[in-house]
Amino acid sequence: MQTVREGCEYLLQMQHICKQFGGIPALSDASLRVKPAEVHALIGQNGAGKSTMIKILTGAYLRDSGDITFNGATANFTTPQRARAAGISTIYQEINLVPFRSIAENIFLGREPRRFGLIDWKRAQAEATRLLAGFGIEVDVRKPVMECSTATQQMVAMARAVSVDAKLLILDESTSSLDDREAERLFGVIRQLKAEGRSIIFVSHRLDELYAVCDHVTVMRDGRTVADSPMTDITKMDLITTMLGRALEKVILPAVQSHAEDDAKAHAAAPQAPFLDIEGVSAPPKVRDATLSVRKGEKVGLAGLLGAGRTELMRALFGADPSRRRAMRIDGVEVDLRAPLDAIRAGIAYLPEDRKAEGIIPGMSVRENLSLVLYPALSRRGVIDRNKQDEVVQRFIRRLGIKIANPDQPIRELSGGNQQKVLLARWLCTNPKLLLLDEPTRGIDVGAKAEILSLINELAREGMAVLMTASELEELVAAADRVVVMSDGSTTHELTGGQISEAAIMTAMAHDPA
Amino acid sequence: MRLFNIFEQISNMNSKFHALFHPAATRAANTSRLARLAQVPRVWLALAVLLVFNIAFTDNFLTVQTFNVNLTQVATIVIVALGMTLVVATGGIDLSVGSLMAIAGTLAPLLFLHISGPGGLVAAFVLPLLAATLCGCFNGWLVTRWRIQPIVATLVLYIAGRGIAQVMTNGQLQSFSNPGFQWIGTGRVLGMPVQVILMLVLVALVAWVLRATLFGRYVLAVGGNERAAALAGVPARRVKLTVYALSGACAGLAGLIAIAINSSSDANLVGSGVELEAIAAVAVGGTLLTGGHASISGTLVGALFIQLMRYTLLAHGVTEASALVVKSAIIILAVYLQRRG
Repeated sequence: MQTVREGCEYLLQMQHICKQFGGIPALSDASLRVKPAEVHALIGQNGAGKSTMIKILTGAYLRDSGDITFNGATANFTTPQRARAAGISTIYQEINLVPFRSIAENIFLGREPRRFGLIDWKRAQAEATRLLAGFGIEVDVRKPVMECSTATQQMVAMARAVSVDAKLLILDESTSSLDDREAERLFGVIRQLKAEGRSIIFVSHRLDELYAVCDHVTVMRDGRTVADSPMTDITKMDLITTMLGRALEKVILPAVQSHAEDDAKAHAAAPQAPFLDIEGVSAPPKVRDATLSVRKGEKVGLAGLLGAGRTELMRALFGADPSRRRAMRIDGVEVDLRAPLDAIRAGIAYLPEDRKAEGIIPGMSVRENLSLVLYPALSRRGVIDRNKQDEVVQRFIRRLGIKIANPDQPIRELSGGNQQKVLLARWLCTNPKLLLLDEPTRGIDVGAKAEILSLINELAREGMAVLMTASELEELVAAADRVVVMSDGSTTHELTGGQISEAAIMTAMAHDPA
Repeated sequence: MRLFNIFEQISNMNSKFHALFHPAATRAANTSRLARLAQVPRVWLALAVLLVFNIAFTDNFLTVQTFNVNLTQVATIVIVALGMTLVVATGGIDLSVGSLMAIAGTLAPLLFLHISGPGGLVAAFVLPLLAATLCGCFNGWLVTRWRIQPIVATLVLYIAGRGIAQVMTNGQLQSFSNPGFQWIGTGRVLGMPVQVILMLVLVALVAWVLRATLFGRYVLAVGGNERAAALAGVPARRVKLTVYALSGACAGLAGLIAIAINSSSDANLVGSGVELEAIAAVAVGGTLLTGGHASISGTLVGALFIQLMRYTLLAHGVTEASALVVKSAIIILAVYLQRRG
């Protein structure tokens, strides 16, 4: 795999990179080589070392050993500023922009064009407009970036990278919060940057899109580089096998699918009254007149473009945001949920989309994060029963196969997949009847994704009602018994059984019924 | 030169101690559990160094009198700092505590000087505490109902509270001699000053509440990630309101103790500057001002450290004015050492 290609100049070569944290190796002899004008995919499971590799490249971490050459010179970036000055721009999942300042200000932050010693805003704005127009974006550059969509914010970050003439752009999980159309536009920009001779390192958990845009792929596993190949020479199955270090063969998706069929049959045989039944829910401004129902043991997928109101609908159902409705019944009984606590008492669990901002309490241990919702039940007259707590925590750590050193480990030290399992456990230990799962598989690796999907499946078979979203339609198709499509805040289509396919969902998402 | 030696001893011994017991704690993630645990011993150690220094170089240090003087002086700060620790653990701050001490401290003499008999005495304990607690509720209400940033919300009573105290007494100094009331500041039980016993009981109580009760865990959850906590059914607003109320109650109690010691109450002076002393004790004790973490033992030791520092400087003839500068330098050092954890 380490063949030297004659006549090939690399823009970036990272070789034999090693890095330990507190005696535990995060990288051992990892390498990454990127050619000029190449879109290079960097993939691997959570904890494989991708982020560490990128942080070393950009000077956020210092390596223990190994060589880095960039643009023909040995590179020892000790700070992110130096890496940036050398022409490496990183666009993180959580975009680093100043939210209150305008698009133009963000693009030229620290390098504002000047005239007579003052900032020449006219020129900055004209330049910013031109840069974004080049990406096919028409937007008022005087608008604060906090008012822009995630997709636009990414474009602003890219425009900033282009304006500093970055030679290498690193896109870290850039598409995880984009819908398909927005992702496609991002790919257009990536191809354009490539045509300008810039190189791009593209980190993503979505394997399909790699084939759409990448030339070359580096796969990492357990801190090592395990594959380095042109994209065209490797199949998706090979990629998965290489990432996992074991064949995925009959992994979960087929399994989920077959069960889904069984379940569908079961339901068809004995049609049940809906467990959750809502009519005409509105939660201004994002949700307008949404109607749906979920039966016990049924997995309903909620699909829609970004901004269609999926998350907002879930929050409204959970009582997290104020909402109006014509009717909301749980198990046939009319309910009025005004706060999460009401929803919890009614047997509803809600796994939020943004794990970091709304899910984990980073400074607390796994034990505490797991028991947060159950605490009232674990205490008597306000005093927590530690034995009871330990018993529950241990049981659910085992049940969900959460990999941790001990329950007192801080949750932030866990991989994304394990964090998500802890959050699921937080709800499952309350024995809920309805699960609202917003992007339960977002930003986690293939292995953990499969485990979580199969867990959801198992829960539904035990009789839990599930309402879930997933940006990756493939997952929704595999997991859901029924798919409700939302558009512009309303539920517009419903697909059942054989109607459910990626193409059908996509068509429904894109078209209003009117 | 002596002072310089103290610094050197503290920092040298700290780093040696640290290297000895926590070889892995220098890793990048400086807030791992191991490192967090390492913070507490460090303040303890700094305190130990000061104690050793004083035993060696300060005359009459190892006497019951010195012991009691220091503990008596620190008791009010510790009591205020306990409430402050709870507020800080939710990610807030309470600047009004000094002014609330003044309100409680001026209200109490008004009551026991004008109502005779045991009724006046009971009122002088109960009503000031209640008033301070209500003021704390007001702080909490501003923070939760109107979403005003805690530093601004509590600034309101920081300014207005002392004004209210002065208005209540027309700015007059109230002198008194009331053994029944002053028992809280001058009394002894088994040779121990009453306020020191109160302090220790409260330290133990708050530490237990934080560790073992639902409310305690909710305080840390709200401070750690309020949105996540609210979505998990934690009554985040009520928790925040409660910590401000408790902080007010602690300040009220400290106000009563402060005037009982002095046999006089001056609305201008009672509790003046205490808010910063309390925040310093909390910070030196290792509680992160960003919330989500609290160390009660750290707060206690932090307050003791600051108190002993002041005592040491005074005992060695450093003037009060220069002592302030030295004290702040040491606080910076202590906080720096912890951040490095």
